[in-house]
Amino acid sequence: MTKTSFSIGGVQFPNRVLVASGTFGYGDECSSLVDVNKLGAIITKSLSMNPREGNPPTRIVETPSGMLNSIGLANIGVERFITEKLPFLETIQCPVIVNIAASTVDEYCAVLDVLEEHSRFDGYEINVSCPNVKEGGLSFGTDRVMTAEITRRLRPRTKRPLIMKLTPNVAFISEFARAVEAEGADAISAVNTLIGMAVDVQKRKPVLSTVTGGLSGPAIKPVALAKVYEASRAVKIPVIGIGGIRTATDAIEFLMVGATAVQVGTMNFVDPSAGVTIAEGIQAFCEEHGIPDTGDLVGSLDARVDSSVLTSWL
Amino acid sequence: MVQEQSQVISVSEVARNTYVLRFHSPRIARSVLAGQFVNIAVADDCDPLLRRPFSIYRAHGDTCEIIFNVVGKGTLALQKKSSRDVVNVLGPLGTPYSLESEGFMTAVLVGGGLGVAPLPLSTLILRNKGKELVTILGARSSEYLVEQHLENVHVSTDDGTKGMKGTAVDLLASLLPTQRWKSPKIFACGPTGMLRALGKFAVDRNIPCEVSLEGPMACGFGICQGCPVELVDGRSRYALMCKDGPVFDIRRISL
Ligand SMILES: Cc1cc2nc3c(=O)[nH]c(=O)nc-3n(C[C@H](O)[C@H](O)[C@H](O)COP(=O)(O)OP(=O)(O)OC[C@H]3O[C@@H](n4cnc5c(N)ncnc54)[C@H](O)[C@@H]3O)c2cc1C
Ligand SMILES: Cc1cc2nc3c(=O)[nH]c(=O)nc-3n(C[C@H](O)[C@H](O)[C@H](O)COP(=O)(O)O)c2cc1C
Ligand code: FES
Repeated sequence: MTKTSFSIGGVQFPNRVLVASGTFGYGDECSSLVDVNKLGAIITKSLSMNPREGNPPTRIVETPSGMLNSIGLANIGVERFITEKLPFLETIQCPVIVNIAASTVDEYCAVLDVLEEHSRFDGYEINVSCPNVKEGGLSFGTDRVMTAEITRRLRPRTKRPLIMKLTPNVAFISEFARAVEAEGADAISAVNTLIGMAVDVQKRKPVLSTVTGGLSGPAIKPVALAKVYEASRAVKIPVIGIGGIRTATDAIEFLMVGATAVQVGTMNFVDPSAGVTIAEGIQAFCEEHGIPDTGDLVGSLDARVDSSVLTSWL
Repeated sequence: MVQEQSQVISVSEVARNTYVLRFHSPRIARSVLAGQFVNIAVADDCDPLLRRPFSIYRAHGDTCEIIFNVVGKGTLALQKKSSRDVVNVLGPLGTPYSLESEGFMTAVLVGGGLGVAPLPLSTLILRNKGKELVTILGARSSEYLVEQHLENVHVSTDDGTKGMKGTAVDLLASLLPTQRWKSPKIFACGPTGMLRALGKFAVDRNIPCEVSLEGPMACGFGICQGCPVELVDGRSRYALMCKDGPVFDIRRISL
């Protein structure tokens, strides 16, 4: 039997396939379609202090092998999450990581403080791809100093794993990875969506109400792999690979380039049991190749040229 | 809500560019309510990636039917299915028409174009409840009309090739003064423009009206937050088309 479990910051996960924030609701919605206890963990939709209504329509559009979204972090807010969703989460065994989004550093702290009062949660993933209202709406996540600052402020408030979720919309993700590692983050999730756009030529209008949105799905996998490769080589803490994972083979690619675990996002919309199928597929691959531990795949890439991601193809 | 690997039984052309796909799906067939929909994975690879939503047209025994126009990649893939194929179907999804309510005696079913899709299932339920039934259809021209499995049908076409020349809403407006409908309620489905006109018509005359909307969806069951519908004065600004809808009371929403 292949060993599938692993741990981050002292928390044990039954396998290396987690479901990504914003693509699995708060966990309860999919429970009639998939045995959530077979997932490595559920990462909940980003929560802010107060409920957020989200952006006006149109919020989503399909693109070749992917989709663009501008949901606008629509969520029920941390208080309703505790009263409405915690009771279900208490009934399941799989780890639950709560994702937090905020428009100020203080708000990140406040949401985490509320969650700290409940023992059910196994860790936090911090979505820094949010507009920073104090800086005129510029994303925290593209500002290395702010990303580090959020980590520094949150770190002393919890002993639970603190996972910083990085955006790919920066030149060098390795710099951001190093910055959050230095501030005590337990792990990094990479990547969030890529900035993208679609145009309706009949109307001469952008399809999304916000003009640009976040690209996800199989279309982004090559970009995500390169970012995960770059980040995981820059830090010692685990990197959780995300972006376009559809099959077990996709997930194994991420493990090989250096991801300790992976998250499945957009594919949950197509098949809510994709995460479980992929976890089983990784295990089958290991058994087939006589690999005793799925962890043996991590960073096992045989890259003959040890070149920098930034120059190797120039 | 279930996810079923459904054997395709047949795909048949019932009007111009209009196809009925019949598939074996016992759990969905037995539980679906009129106005609900299914989300169908049309391809095994990621082309197209997302599922495609379709109203349930008819359900009997272990089989379900959807009716669709070929408008793009997904519907083209469905049109090419045959009894050798299996499709993955998620459903039944969404909030149905409130056909069970006691608040009306005559159901006025209005379908614009393929908005006819949820009407046969509605007809079946209303007939069993002993309600009066009137059906008003609008189509571009006679060759696009689908009149089967309905009752007391009145038609309009944009080009006048069958029935009244004009829209379904024009037809409804011309019928209303001449008919003695006892406490009517409208149940409609069609393009947004038509529903907007119909909504105004109904609200002005104080006729209750439920409409079934369509628009882009990813998941179809409430997890992506991708399908907001603007509410007029609810406690929240948006409802989700896939979960709170696709059927809404016209007075609740802003189209
Ligand atoms: C709840 C619901 C029920 C529906 N029921 C039916 C039905 O019974 N019969 C039927 O023929 N169609 C129905 N539709 C619309 C159907 O889902 C779309 O026509 C289909 O997704 C188009 O897929 P495609 O790949 O062929 O076209 P695409 O290549 O994706 O798009 C072709 C054109 O269709 C438009 N379109 C794409 N998706 C949708 C959508 N979800 N709703 C409206 N327009 C869209 C695009 O803007 C474009 O102009 C329903 C939609 C919803 C949301
Ligand atoms: C509709 C949608 C909503 C999302 N919402 C969130 C969110 O609330 N918080 C977050 O950190 N990431 C969110 N994401 C990003 C995903 O978690 C993931 O990082 C991204 O989609 C890339 O993975 P994928 O290609 O497997 O989807 C969302 C993605 C999508 C498609
Ligand atoms: S389509 Fe995903 S929430 Fe409605």
